[in-house]
Amino acid sequence: MRRIVYREWRIESSRYWSLLAILAGVIAIGGLAALYMEHEGHWVTGMTNSVVWGAPHVFAVFLIVSASGALNVASIGTVFDKSFYKPLGRLSGLLAAALLVGGLLVLVLDLGRPDRLAVAMTTYNFSSIFAWNIFLYTGFVAIVIAYLWTMADRKGDPYKKPVGTFAFLWRLALTTGTGSIFGFLVGREAYDTAVLAPMFVVMSFAYGLAIYILVLMYSFAQDDRPIGALMLKRLKNLLGLFVAGVLYFTLIYHLTRLYGAQTQSIEHFLLVSGGIYTLVFWLGWMMIGSLLPLGIIYHPRHSKNPRAIALASALVIIGGLAAMYVIIIGSQAYPQEMFPGMSVVEFGAPGDIGGAVAPYWPSLPELLLGIGGVAVALLITTVGIRVLQFLPESLADRAVDPHVAAAESRQQ
Amino acid sequence: MSEHTQQPDSDQQPDLVQQPDRGRRDFLATAAGLATAAVAPGVVLHTAAVAAPRTTPVTDIKRWGMLIDTAKCADGCTACVDACDHENGLDLQETPEGIKPLKWDNQRATWIRKVKLRDNLTGRMTNLPLMCQHCENPPCVDVCPTGASFKRADGIVMVDRHTCIGCRYCMMACPYKARSFIHEQVVQKLTRAPRGKGCVESCNLCVHRLDNGESSTACADACQEVGHAAILFGDLNDPHGALREALRQVNSRQIRQDLELNTGVRYAGI
Repeated sequence: MRRIVYREWRIESSRYWSLLAILAGVIAIGGLAALYMEHEGHWVTGMTNSVVWGAPHVFAVFLIVSASGALNVASIGTVFDKSFYKPLGRLSGLLAAALLVGGLLVLVLDLGRPDRLAVAMTTYNFSSIFAWNIFLYTGFVAIVIAYLWTMADRKGDPYKKPVGTFAFLWRLALTTGTGSIFGFLVGREAYDTAVLAPMFVVMSFAYGLAIYILVLMYSFAQDDRPIGALMLKRLKNLLGLFVAGVLYFTLIYHLTRLYGAQTQSIEHFLLVSGGIYTLVFWLGWMMIGSLLPLGIIYHPRHSKNPRAIALASALVIIGGLAAMYVIIIGSQAYPQEMFPGMSVVEFGAPGDIGGAVAPYWPSLPELLLGIGGVAVALLITTVGIRVLQFLPESLADRAVDPHVAAAESRQQ
Repeated sequence: MSEHTQQPDSDQQPDLVQQPDRGRRDFLATAAGLATAAVAPGVVLHTAAVAAPRTTPVTDIKRWGMLIDTAKCADGCTACVDACDHENGLDLQETPEGIKPLKWDNQRATWIRKVKLRDNLTGRMTNLPLMCQHCENPPCVDVCPTGASFKRADGIVMVDRHTCIGCRYCMMACPYKARSFIHEQVVQKLTRAPRGKGCVESCNLCVHRLDNGESSTACADACQEVGHAAILFGDLNDPHGALREALRQVNSRQIRQDLELNTGVRYAGI
């Protein structure tokens, strides 16, 4: 295999600055939305005392989970010694850190008291998985930066494998922690199951890789750098495997809940009678996010088309957001079961939802804040690949596969 | 001499020009009086507060709790809810301008709610007040990242509003839907129940009363006053107390008993 040459993103200045301006504009709008919600209070959002985590959490958790998954590409190269993936490592690290920062920003700006971030950073209750996650998140950024250094600097080369292995284990812990935020909630029917933690790990593999593929394809296309068919094939096959993994865990999750009499009604709600949540589950999570991408990825003809692969990746991302919507919001909208064998006829003040499904509709500021977080992640990535050598010059087959290179040289 | 007679005697007729302005003097005197009247109560209160600081820590000698007899809880009666609203300033919450009433009902803070249940098999109706159950092992305290959600030694579960960051994880964790998030700007609040936008709060068993030597909550008092006496408040640790005596007499259970949280609030007849 040839030596991998990394180069800064060399698109025209005007295009680069236009891209930055657009992203900065989206971030500014997201920031204004956050400021509006902070100034007015959460009454301007769709959130209530029943649905306490709304659309910002959907984006935040999706971004955080994807961040950990985006690092997977680097791990495959470093930890599992797959030389094919080694050229992809630097972008993988950058994207992981960028997505995490974007997600955390959304999470922090949706707090009731974002001004008390210092309290969250200095006062800990270690029985809370949330407090652990603060360390898991900040530690992740620090480890990824160290990992990037080992990949970029010759002096760091001997440390690449140990640091990469540590980063891999850390990211597994991070996603387990994120899944456990929900899995540790014993008082809600949809949560209270350990299967959520590994499910989030597999989801992270899929969503992180889908984002990675899109960013890679876009950045390479803009700079006229080649991506060989072999590389795309490997990446899309890996994506297919991960999406199938998500499907498997989704099946296990629902079968477990269906088997227990206690949780059958929440299953009926999510799968049959939940209105928007049932629709989002079947159409968003299952059809758009799982079956359709799998159909493209394993289609004999379309699977060879880069555009189709990009489309499959985009569908996986939409499906991921849908999955988060069902998991986070659908599970809160469903009334908490407190009185088995009884129906709640009245629950406090008129309109205060207890026995009925809680209404929730994401408000515009919530959506803008979430999209702002995505823009932050993309802005960090854009600046990163522009100013530092994150992208390999070529991912053509002969550059990444020694067999192809050898065959080509024999032909010459 | 004539000069002398023409000049006024400075001893007998003082020069008005050099005299202090009576109006100004009166004004200053009035202002000083008013200022004293305004400040003095504060000084007195402050002195009283400083003079008698609460130096004794809360102990676990007592564990506050309740027994609610659903058979006595009358259909349509909201005395406990109204009393709680008044006692803890929940009735001072102002509806944000332009919000739909139904949405506001789902957003405003509620510490205690009147719940009506129907048995799916028999159709028997049951009424009960539902509030923070003051668990011995509270999930809200477990999950709070900053420790703002805490349990006192005497069993009262509450929120430290100085360290609450408004993450709402405790609300996700509460099995009783007992916690409220303050979604709006708060203009009016009571000293005994401070309330701030962006923080979480819930029933604190009228902690201000208990810390000042009283031994009952507003809801229990109100229920007694209207003649139902469905709420019995007391010390769960006192083996000869009225609460333990009543718990010995009737068959009570906890809501979500399966979670084994050992709640401070027990119910008879559910």
